[in-house]
Amino acid sequence: MSSRRARSRQSTSSSRITDEQINDLVSKLQAVLPEAHIRGAERVSAAKVLQETCNYIRSLHREVDDLSERLTELLATTEASSAQAAIIRSLLM
Amino acid sequence: MDSKGSACSNPNPNPTFGPSKLMLAFRFLRALSIVHRTTPASSPTCRGRRIERAAYASMAYSAGTSRAWSRAVLRRLHHRARRRAVAPRRLSTTAGNRAEALRRLVPGGAGMDYCTLLEETADYTKCLSMQVELMQGIVDSASSNGR
Repeated sequence: MSSRRARSRQSTSSSRITDEQINDLVSKLQAVLPEAHIRGAERVSAAKVLQETCNYIRSLHREVDDLSERLTELLATTEASSAQAAIIRSLLM
Repeated sequence: MDSKGSACSNPNPNPTFGPSKLMLAFRFLRALSIVHRTTPASSPTCRGRRIERAAYASMAYSAGTSRAWSRAVLRRLHHRARRRAVAPRRLSTTAGNRAEALRRLVPGGAGMDYCTLLEETADYTKCLSMQVELMQGIVDSASSNGR
């Protein structure tokens, strides 16, 4: 079910989206990507940024999948309470 | 006080957690302990799936309902779709149509206009990388400490 809520109505009217706005959004997207993916020139084409973003999101999905499996194994083998204590300790310090 | 994606270039193996990351961590850990308590150890696949759902759920709850992608994730999770909700296998990479591939990767992407898609993608990617970082940190801690 696709919700047609255009929440960006207030900043961009339906068809008058400037190139500048697009470039701004694309560069913000580029800033989120890890540096290893975008090398060299600062000015990368929008298509390249989108491509790298797709690759990056896919790799993140795979990592969530892998890490979920590893967590499953760890939960099975370790004492849950001591593992959690160790984790919380390391997160807070 | 929003910690922007400074974790990407942070060489510190244990980055200090800002308030948003801490909330994410607690939500996820709580979900993990619930999964651990309520899923029998004999069904690791089931547990793995539940952990993965917990990951996306805590990510979406932490992002709140102000984001279209988090709303889409929560909708799908509540409807308990059979197929994998957030990472569809079929990806269209027809020449030049990168936006199309992005729409399939970002939850709720199908119904967005291009600008919203770019905004949502940036936020989703940032939150997703934080979630991965969190899970990696947990795995590392549990591997070295839990015997």
